[in-house]
Amino acid sequence: MMPSGFTRFFARTPLHVVLIGLAIVWLLPTVGLLITSLRPPADVAQTGWWTIFQHPFDFTQYSIRNYRSVIYEAGMGRAFLNSLIVSLPGTVLPVLLAAFAAFAFAWMDFPGRNVLFAIVVGLLVVPLQMTFIPVLSIFARIRIAGTFPAVWLAHTGYGLPLTVYLLHNFMAGLPRELFDSASIDGASTLQTFFRIILPLSVPAIASVVIFQFLWVWNDLLVALIYLGGASSVGPVTLRVANLVGSRGQNWELLTAAAFVSMALPLFVFFSLQRYFVRGILAGSVKG
Amino acid sequence: MRTRRITPWLFTGPALLALIFFLVYPSIETIRLSFFGKYGTSYVGFQNYIYAFTNQTMLTAFRNNALWVVLFTGLTVSLGLLFAVLLDRVRYEKVVKSIVFIPMAISMVGASTIWKFVYAFRPPGASQIGLLNAIVVALGGEPVGWLIERPWINNFCLIIVGIWIWTGFCMVILSAAYKNIPRQLMEAARIDGASEWQVFRKVIVPLLGPTIAVVTTTMVVFVLKIFDIVYVMTNGNYATEVIANRMYKEQFAFSHYGRAATIAVVLLILVVPMMLVNIRRFRRQREMR
Repeated sequence: MMPSGFTRFFARTPLHVVLIGLAIVWLLPTVGLLITSLRPPADVAQTGWWTIFQHPFDFTQYSIRNYRSVIYEAGMGRAFLNSLIVSLPGTVLPVLLAAFAAFAFAWMDFPGRNVLFAIVVGLLVVPLQMTFIPVLSIFARIRIAGTFPAVWLAHTGYGLPLTVYLLHNFMAGLPRELFDSASIDGASTLQTFFRIILPLSVPAIASVVIFQFLWVWNDLLVALIYLGGASSVGPVTLRVANLVGSRGQNWELLTAAAFVSMALPLFVFFSLQRYFVRGILAGSVKG
Repeated sequence: MRTRRITPWLFTGPALLALIFFLVYPSIETIRLSFFGKYGTSYVGFQNYIYAFTNQTMLTAFRNNALWVVLFTGLTVSLGLLFAVLLDRVRYEKVVKSIVFIPMAISMVGASTIWKFVYAFRPPGASQIGLLNAIVVALGGEPVGWLIERPWINNFCLIIVGIWIWTGFCMVILSAAYKNIPRQLMEAARIDGASEWQVFRKVIVPLLGPTIAVVTTTMVVFVLKIFDIVYVMTNGNYATEVIANRMYKEQFAFSHYGRAATIAVVLLILVVPMMLVNIRRFRRQREMR
């Protein structure tokens, strides 16, 4: 006997309660952050953010003043710029080097190829902590500790094992005929790379770029080590972490600052969700 | 592909040099440093390792990392599995999936700030602006200093932040694997009179076994190195220290390079076996495909 729609609905009520309940639990902390960042400091200090729902359409209780103060006075504007300055080369450099290397590992014959590739992939297991002391002491000696080039270079080195591995997997799956016809046409290796391999690898490169960009943008540890804790060149993560330490009770500022630091990743998430998910999944094994 | 002899080296050279400079050489140097003293000049044998395994704060860090491994891994994987299986049965699957996955997009610093606000504490009598204490007080309880109550409440509260971030990751992977299970297998079990719970235990879980294993090892490897959440929320105070934060302190607060290097090596020793299991499994899966 088929259950009627009515009993079916009731039988499934617990399922909906559990799922919607969990979804609300997942969403509430972020909603609280967003609402608090839009409330005046005096309100934030006196009442919980949920009290706005007593009269949600009273727009006098919202203001963007907190954003103005974190961006101009608390240094989040500068930090946002720093994050861009850190993230763009910190993404382009490793992906570019990795694309060249992945192509060679996938399609060229040379002595030691398999061993070298195994070593590159093996480096994925190395926790970054293993590298901080020696690399920092070299950076200090050549006087780039605490500057942007230090983090660019560090992110390039740290990002390579994974980007090489992922791009290699993709490029190795391209059909052999491509290369045969290219060499018949007399294309040089470099031409083959730029005209055939790179354009065909766009989906893989997009995923890797998104992952590396978010990794660098959201990174705290590498910035902390190579730029220093209180640095004026610090990215948003460093600035927010400092604010949590120094302005721990000013929740209107902390929430606005946190939201500024999250804005770009959230934009990427909502606009490029498919590539984003693929990139995260591919990149999850990173050290 | 035929190329000139030098070409492969021109293509791989820059990447290989960067890897040698940033990963290979420093790792070897760190292992060497772990046998040297505070400034890396005097040989001290295994003294740093004895310190790492006997110092009280280090032992706290080990205990907490063990707690993270068990609770964080157990709950991210099982909640991810729960979402994957249950969401498959409802029409709003995509919306809930997005909601659960969003925390993966933001930094752990951002997530820690979000949750520090949820845990905000004010003395009894004052109006609570933190969500959790407001609920506790509304139910007639006393407000709790969530991040101060050692050692179980505060550590558990930190771990919840990690779970909130990473459950979405487990969910997406497990969901993809779940949707690959042929529906007939579950239908056949149901026709044979199996309850939903039996279908889950006897059909779904065994078939998802390899994926669950990969997700679990990935979570363990990740959580052994957990740093940001603890650094931002408590900085390891109130008995919430973890290994990676301890290394940071040894390097920068105490400038004891020998000990910092040793803690890094300990981390490596903990991570490598899990990672090897993971890589081997990845490879086996790829061969099966």
